[in-house]
Amino acid sequence: MKLTTLNNGAEYARNRTAQDLHGSKFDYSGIIFRISLLIGLGLGILILGAVLWDVIGDGTGYLFNRGWDFITGNASSRASSYGIFEGLRGTFWIGVFVIVFSFPLGIGAAIYLEEYARDTRLTRFIELNIRNLAGVPSVVYGVLGLAIFVRALDGFYPNSIEKHLGSTTAAAGSTLAILVLPIVIITAAEAIRAVPQSLREGGFGVGATKWEVIRHHVLPYAAPGIFTGTLLSLARALGEAAPLILVGGVLGSLGPKSSLFEIEQLGERFTAMPLMITQLAKKPAFIGDWNSATAGAILVLLVVVIFANLVAILLRNHYEKKRS
Amino acid sequence: MSGSVKRNRKEKVVRVGLTVTAFLSLLVSILIVLSLVFEAWTFIEGISLGWLWGDQWAPPFNEYDLKTPIVGSLIVTGIAMVVAGPIGLASAVYLSEYAKPKTRKWLKPILEVLAGIPSVVLGFFALRWVTPNIVQQINPDAPGFTLAAAGIGVGILTIPLIASVSEDALAAVPTSLREASAGLGAKRVTTTIKITIPAAISGLVAAFIIGISRAIGETMVVFLAAGGGGNQAQFTASVFDSGTVVTAAMAATTAPSDRLSEGVALQSLYFLGLFLFVITLLLNLVADRFVRRVRLVY
Repeated sequence: MKLTTLNNGAEYARNRTAQDLHGSKFDYSGIIFRISLLIGLGLGILILGAVLWDVIGDGTGYLFNRGWDFITGNASSRASSYGIFEGLRGTFWIGVFVIVFSFPLGIGAAIYLEEYARDTRLTRFIELNIRNLAGVPSVVYGVLGLAIFVRALDGFYPNSIEKHLGSTTAAAGSTLAILVLPIVIITAAEAIRAVPQSLREGGFGVGATKWEVIRHHVLPYAAPGIFTGTLLSLARALGEAAPLILVGGVLGSLGPKSSLFEIEQLGERFTAMPLMITQLAKKPAFIGDWNSATAGAILVLLVVVIFANLVAILLRNHYEKKRS
Repeated sequence: MSGSVKRNRKEKVVRVGLTVTAFLSLLVSILIVLSLVFEAWTFIEGISLGWLWGDQWAPPFNEYDLKTPIVGSLIVTGIAMVVAGPIGLASAVYLSEYAKPKTRKWLKPILEVLAGIPSVVLGFFALRWVTPNIVQQINPDAPGFTLAAAGIGVGILTIPLIASVSEDALAAVPTSLREASAGLGAKRVTTTIKITIPAAISGLVAAFIIGISRAIGETMVVFLAAGGGGNQAQFTASVFDSGTVVTAAMAATTAPSDRLSEGVALQSLYFLGLFLFVITLLLNLVADRFVRRVRLVY
């Protein structure tokens, strides 16, 4: 009796060990886990697909029908004759502000923090502060724009009875330039940090000064990373709507048409693509073809924003591959 | 070394210039805090405290029921996390633990493109697609503007953020831990659930906190999909009602509408802004602490 149990036991142990070594034919829990992960990821991609399908399906037909009129026309009260030129103009100038102010200031701050600043308490506080600024909701930057820029620019028209004259393209551009500044700093700092130390040492070794090393060795190597970051932040700025509403952006037509490059409009009231989309999306869908007009406007914005994103991502992947 | 005086001067100029740019960020923070605090104080001084409790948030009528936007924010953020948490985490685990490098190479950019979609677009999507196809399927009596649709929209917006921060946390777990587990005969599921995820847990917690902070701060989706664009919102605790949240209530005070806010009513936005700023700052600081903990361990 005892012997058989022992025999069985040994056999059981042998079988068990064999099974554990070879694995059971089906790893059920593993497959279930894997499938649930795939469902999660699939849902994410499916949603992206649904968003794009919804917009592209509706928007392309509308864009083809309207053609250039849609791009160059002014806002109108009929969906069939609506144009987004005013929005494009505002978005263009916001882009100019971000490029002119955020890029140099952000990259400059990143160079200082990575190359010059010593690891003091103050430096660490500035770094923490920048990380936190990047996490501040965009509406709060709108509050800043309203309280500082709009008010400061209001001062230019002290005798006017009309209100909110400070709600200009310049105020909007400055607000968004400040909004993306922390993102520019963080991405540029990361790119500079990734530059190999040996490159700097090589520069110093041949007698270059600090700035010469940065200018001729560090920055060229970090350039693709910095460019990626700036492109992403530009895309972010062009898609923001909430701060613009607070700064006093117009949700409708601006009136007479002025051309894209006239500098005078910096001192005039503004609208932008995201604001036009907001206004279009709020129109009751059952009157006229506002749904398609909205989709058309979104499509134009998406082409700009997603193109900037894609270029940035592909560029980064290209250089990551090249350097690893 | 003939040019050395010139070179030294240049060095100094560059150094000073760069220092100024770095301190600019401090200036921005100070300006944000100052403008919020001063104006919020003016608002508190200009109203009677009883106005802060009622049944609607309607600045033009001097009704500032604080629980309306705050409960709205809680509802929207809650729904958003229910949507974004599992999807974001599952995507991160798959990308980091299961996907082959080749699959990863084209899957990751897709998520990143999702991250780049402007929030107005998702607001429109939530209003015109999520509302009829999801929300009104669950509850046929739901109106055209609901907090539920806004919550789902905000959730979609948060997915890529949670996925990318979680993936960073998982990638920071040393391969040796996974190898040791596999060496003991553990299956991949076991390794992932019992070793990798617990090892990365503070980073994953940080991802959720950052996600919550992002969801609370989102404006346009709620502005469009929950009817938060109007300058008046009734208190509600139901997900199938229209409503507003802290951010959308702020935007609504300055958005052109039939009833404009002026004077004290306009200043209510600074009060909400201060509230929002403090909440998100605290969340971000806590998340930062968690992220740093991962870095300290490995």
